[in-house]
Amino acid sequence: MHEAGYNFAYLDEQTKRAIRRGLLKAVAIPGHQVPFASREMPLPYGWGTGGIQLTAALLGREDVLKVIDQGADDTTNAVSIRRFFARTAGVATTTRVVEATLIQTRHRIPEAPLAEGQIVVFQVPIPEPLRWMEASERETRRMHALKEYGLMHVSLYEDVARHGRIAKTYDYPVMVAGRYLMSPSPIPKFDNPKLDRSPALQLFGAGRERRLYAVPPYTEVNSLDFDDHPFTVERWSQPCALCGATDSYLDEIITDDAGTRMLVCSDTDHCGARRAERPAEECTP
Amino acid sequence: MYVSVKGGERAIDNAHRWLAEARRGDPAVAELSLEQIAGQLAGSVDRVMAEGSLYDPELAALAIKQARGDLIEAVFLLRAYRSTLPRFGAAEPLDTAQMAIRRRVSATFKDLPGGQILGPTFDYTHRLLDFQLAAGGAVPPPAERAAEPVAPAMPRVADLLGADGLIEPEAADDGRPVGDLTREPFRFPVDRDVRLQALARGDEGFLLALGYSSQRGYGRNHPFVGELRIGEVAVEFVPEELGFAVEIGTLTVTECQMVNQFKGSAERPAQFTRGYGLVFGHGERKAMSMALVDRALRAGELDEAVQAPAQDEEFVLYHCDNVQATGFVEHLKLPHYVDFQSELEMVRALRAAAGRPAEEPEDA
Amino acid sequence: MNDTATLPGFADPVHDAQRAFRALLDALARPGRIHRLPPPLRAVPGLGPAAAALALTLVDFETPVWLAPSCAPAAGFLRFHCGCPIVTEPEQAAFAFACGFAELPVLERFALGTEEEPERAATLVVEAAALGEGRALRLRGPGIAGECRTHIGGLDDEWLAARAMLHALYPCGLDLFVTCAERVCGLPRTTRIEPPCAPAEA
Repeated sequence: MHEAGYNFAYLDEQTKRAIRRGLLKAVAIPGHQVPFASREMPLPYGWGTGGIQLTAALLGREDVLKVIDQGADDTTNAVSIRRFFARTAGVATTTRVVEATLIQTRHRIPEAPLAEGQIVVFQVPIPEPLRWMEASERETRRMHALKEYGLMHVSLYEDVARHGRIAKTYDYPVMVAGRYLMSPSPIPKFDNPKLDRSPALQLFGAGRERRLYAVPPYTEVNSLDFDDHPFTVERWSQPCALCGATDSYLDEIITDDAGTRMLVCSDTDHCGARRAERPAEECTP
Repeated sequence: MYVSVKGGERAIDNAHRWLAEARRGDPAVAELSLEQIAGQLAGSVDRVMAEGSLYDPELAALAIKQARGDLIEAVFLLRAYRSTLPRFGAAEPLDTAQMAIRRRVSATFKDLPGGQILGPTFDYTHRLLDFQLAAGGAVPPPAERAAEPVAPAMPRVADLLGADGLIEPEAADDGRPVGDLTREPFRFPVDRDVRLQALARGDEGFLLALGYSSQRGYGRNHPFVGELRIGEVAVEFVPEELGFAVEIGTLTVTECQMVNQFKGSAERPAQFTRGYGLVFGHGERKAMSMALVDRALRAGELDEAVQAPAQDEEFVLYHCDNVQATGFVEHLKLPHYVDFQSELEMVRALRAAAGRPAEEPEDA
Repeated sequence: MNDTATLPGFADPVHDAQRAFRALLDALARPGRIHRLPPPLRAVPGLGPAAAALALTLVDFETPVWLAPSCAPAAGFLRFHCGCPIVTEPEQAAFAFACGFAELPVLERFALGTEEEPERAATLVVEAAALGEGRALRLRGPGIAGECRTHIGGLDDEWLAARAMLHALYPCGLDLFVTCAERVCGLPRTTRIEPPCAPAEA
């Protein structure tokens, strides 16, 4: 049961309708930022209100919701958002990717492959990929209208000139379906290839900036690069210290005051599932 | 063996309990009532109503109590509550000429119809800490008050100037429905109705600083306080089924009309121009700051150079909302392990490429 | 005409609208796939059950509606349940309802959006003679792995050619939901439609 006194999933029906119309237009124009009348939520702007409003407009009683922050289900903000929906919509929640119909995420795409029928909702702080180069909204809108993305290429090329490589590591810009330059939200570039031709529907919500956008399933998403400096992702020389994974994104953890470090999976569900499949002695470093 | 951090739920529950305890303070001291907050901290209540964009002194007092007196947090509470309220429609424009005046001053005319009314103001108090207040208990003797409102209607100073064509005429009502930024995001250039709505909800400190900057030469526009008035005005609403206006309540508001010099342009003769401020409650600083910034934002319309922050519409409107601003500033407390890890790897790679392995301490 | 105002809407307004929306979202995200929408309690003259469900889910006072002649009896229902203005000029409509493709005016008469605001384009809802049978079509574009096929009854070459002309205007364009009784299929502006036997578009 959901909390009495508030509508199912908190938002009133008219607000949901406006967001739903926006989502349909976003799907019809992949990568284009659609303005929407974002409302104040009981959680602060910048803490996932865009994702929360999208999830509220999407969520139904049959859904199974997973919420992750930095890849983890148990970080405080993920816990807080999951609780909000358990309370206001009474929906089932899970930490398992395979069980989830709706995954709200901040800064990661799960390691486990996504499937058709799943929806991923990304929390987005700054939806405009050109914002760091051009502060004015009027200007950046015009650039998108004219598909004038030279500014972004120049910025990436300045990195190459200065550092010998593209130094952007997260929120790495992508082209969607060959038309719109899009911010994938601050996921590490490690996750960018997962955006490309994903069988899942990927939706993006920026509450404070009042924008939403979408990447439909099986849509081409290319990370910007140059012929002589192709796009690459992070690689680690060691496997995850807990599960031994060599193909997942690893977080560095400082374990003592001598600065000893260990690397472990950022995706806690992925790491936990791998450990559960293996005998205990193999897991311990 | 390393065990990853768990127990977010318990940590959150405990944090909430601790916060509730801290909010209450020493249980041996009497708890604050909402009546005390609304009656004795009216300045805070008015500010929270103005920036919370909801006129309800009782709820504002509750928000202040719940927020431990943190006013931006209280504004946020009120805004989140406002999101859940159904909308009935827009009220008729307030007629501030019909205001029951408590205070009214003009800096442009020594005397004027209706007179100058000082009212309850800090303006000429000497800012000496009053240690008798610390002791408490004393009820101040009531101020002398006129038996009747000073005047049933008091003309606005800007209207008096308007009669001679010395000030730009107020734009006539074009009959279009009034904009609402809570229903539609900004579309630049933004119309003045939505701009004024954004400023009325905007952070007092931010607008004060911007208004101040315009006085110091960052978009100077030579302001005079044509008039500042505070009092009660009736709110009227036309229900669809009735077809005529009915009074649904009264609001206390502060209105400021700035009169600004304007030398004229190719299209317009020299005349005074207006900057407008209107806020819920008694908020002179906010209403005046709002009027300064409103006038600064009209630079483009009046063919003045747009150079200063106070004149930049996108800059002002995107940054004046303290609920948005505090959320985004404070979100930096959220974990950013993943992004930081990416940056860490990149910095190491760049240092290695530059022949400086990360392990070696850097020479001074 | 006003008597349709008294007809009931969804049995469960909150949850039926949510289910209908998810079906519509998936329909538009995976063009060509056929979904079933929860119908309103009683049949609405002028609109098929899926078209009426779409209106109850997406239309309100912010979205003007244009109705083709055979959908006109639904005006009372839409005004009462959705509170939407009914407009006579296609250019003013956010949603347009028609029964059969022949009932649509020249497509350029609808709002196609602008280069800066392509989302301001109309959504068309057309009741087709058949869905899942009828004319075979090959679809390509975002939302489709490679290509897929679907069948829609009552589409002629002329209308398909007129729709194909809009591709040159992308990101402006029109988004289409084809309904047939309780079923719906989405064809966003990005979907290229080719009759399977016809030569591929240049």
